[in-house]
Amino acid sequence: MAFITCGDPDLETTKTIVRSMASNGVDLIELGIPFSDPTAEGPVIQGANVRALKAGTTTDRIFDMVESIRDEIGVPLVFMTYANVVFSYGTDRFLDRCVRAGIKGLILPDVPYEEKEEFAPSCERHGMCLVSMVAPTSHERIAMIARESKGFLYVVSSLGVTGTRSKITTDIGSMTKAIKEATDTPCAVGFGISTPEQAKEMSRHADGVIIGSAIVRIVAQNGKDSAGPVGEFVRSVKDAMRSL
Amino acid sequence: MTNPNGRFGIHGGQYIPETLMSTVIELEEAYNHYKDDPGFKQELDALLNEYAGRPSRLYFAKKMTEDLGGAKIYLKREDLNHTGAHKINNVLGQALLAKKMGKTRLIAETGAGQHGVATATAAALMGMECVVYMGVEDMRRQALNVYRMRLLGAEVRGVETGTGTLKDAVSECMREWTTRIDDTHYCLGSVMGPHPFPTIVRDFQSVIGKEIRAQMMEKEGKLPDMLVACVGGGSNAIGTFYDFIGDESVELVGCEAAGKGIDTFETAATINTGRLGIFHGMKSYFCQDEYGQIAPVYSISAGLDYPGIGPEHAWLHDMRRARYVAVTDEQAVQAFEYLSRTEGIIPAIESSHALAYVIEQAPRMGKDKTIVVTLSGRGDKDVAAIARYRGEDIHDRDQRRVQPREGAGGIHHLRRSRPGDD
Repeated sequence: MAFITCGDPDLETTKTIVRSMASNGVDLIELGIPFSDPTAEGPVIQGANVRALKAGTTTDRIFDMVESIRDEIGVPLVFMTYANVVFSYGTDRFLDRCVRAGIKGLILPDVPYEEKEEFAPSCERHGMCLVSMVAPTSHERIAMIARESKGFLYVVSSLGVTGTRSKITTDIGSMTKAIKEATDTPCAVGFGISTPEQAKEMSRHADGVIIGSAIVRIVAQNGKDSAGPVGEFVRSVKDAMRSL
Repeated sequence: MTNPNGRFGIHGGQYIPETLMSTVIELEEAYNHYKDDPGFKQELDALLNEYAGRPSRLYFAKKMTEDLGGAKIYLKREDLNHTGAHKINNVLGQALLAKKMGKTRLIAETGAGQHGVATATAAALMGMECVVYMGVEDMRRQALNVYRMRLLGAEVRGVETGTGTLKDAVSECMREWTTRIDDTHYCLGSVMGPHPFPTIVRDFQSVIGKEIRAQMMEKEGKLPDMLVACVGGGSNAIGTFYDFIGDESVELVGCEAAGKGIDTFETAATINTGRLGIFHGMKSYFCQDEYGQIAPVYSISAGLDYPGIGPEHAWLHDMRRARYVAVTDEQAVQAFEYLSRTEGIIPAIESSHALAYVIEQAPRMGKDKTIVVTLSGRGDKDVAAIARYRGEDIHDRDQRRVQPREGAGGIHHLRRSRPGDD
């Protein structure tokens, strides 16, 4: 599963990257809607948010972009953004447009279990999955969160914000074991996974792996010519996971 | 006033990453345990009285009252507290609580630097490590406080993201807290952020209003007709208001920073120009664009330069129990100069926003009416900035007197900027 910040460096480039990810074997694409103050992101994705907003990216333009390529893309697309982006647009109005654009789910890192009633009932009405997250600090909360999960469960690999880490020290195996005891919802590990080797290691414990900052960094380096390098990277991760 | 899930009407809540949930739950449990613990209360009272210098004075501003010719004006002198502002009330409470929870490290955001200084002070006193996050723009505006924090043993980390002001410092604190939870308490400085912070900070600040009640009964034998305080996140205002929410005869007025005016983009007046949103862990009113992107706000006062307002204020506004008015930079600066000349008290530029409203309102009220305005802090830190606003550069003039020394930039800067302070 791969993440990309929409509109960095511009929405035309985002289209080419999404196509390239899909044709190189990605299973699901997380489209980030930029937010001015992304409190769960590390420097790499923060930078992408700033560039995207400076380039004039808006929620409406992202919907238009997704609608224009939706028919060509065979893999599920989900949005990842912050609560205020959805709330301020009007939650139902936002979800109506998601349905029209063929978006399948929504990830909101600043909406924990305790606050999901703000968005979950509307998501349900629109047939959208509000993706739940579990973290290394969740412990006894895991079962409660997992039981009500929809779509897939986002397993946060480490403390801290998004961004590449040389080593993941959390015992992911015991986290996913606790999840599996509570639900059949598939789980995917994200935060800090940046190399094919790390992805391979994580996929021993989970049903999927989410890569974000490593891809966003490739875009930061290659700008409008990112589709090729991102595609190659996605392919190398997929190959490593298949070799398991 | 708080529902179990930390709501004030529709406002408040806990909109934070899952990683932080167990920590805020632990904090809530610890707070609920200690807030009624006689030993904890005794320890905190001793710190507030012996160390911070409470109770703070309620001073009758006789000259100001006579000059304005209307309502009697009392100043609640939070500026006389140790470290020079109301911030110490909350910080001593939270630091003591953190210590009881076994935490050894405090992190804090700061705007004007007063909360950072108070946190660094409490950390020094209690033998805790301290890291303060401050926007680089605010570090420039409040260089004196940056050095004070370092002097107190704290590390000050400049935040360059966004507008380099208070909101960015809060975001960076939240990021740091998700990274290091075990030994670290986030000592939030205002009545904002996720539950339980708005409740904890309000409770620790409510000493202001409780004292006002007792002091007014002693001096006037009746409650005040109007309470006025400045509002950024809103901690000194809620501390002033809280004890009086049930007293319908007492009018509550919060003064927001209008910056260059609420009809301009250079403003920080949240209630007057913002709309409902979800940010920094809470549902409340925020200055934002049509897509929910948080707006870059502006005020001459670093302490009020925040795009949101505490959820309890948002609720008091919804209920029409409190009124929130906007005061411009120019009005605040005039009030700053007015109090200095009239009463010999240099107020913080934040507090000057509240004074400006009082200066406007007092003449319209009868002489039998009383106003209490909370002087949330003292203005020494603002002198250089106000001089700059009036077209005078204190820094440049002093620079010629002090020989630059290599490798001592910080100290050199401090010497230049502290004529007469402390």
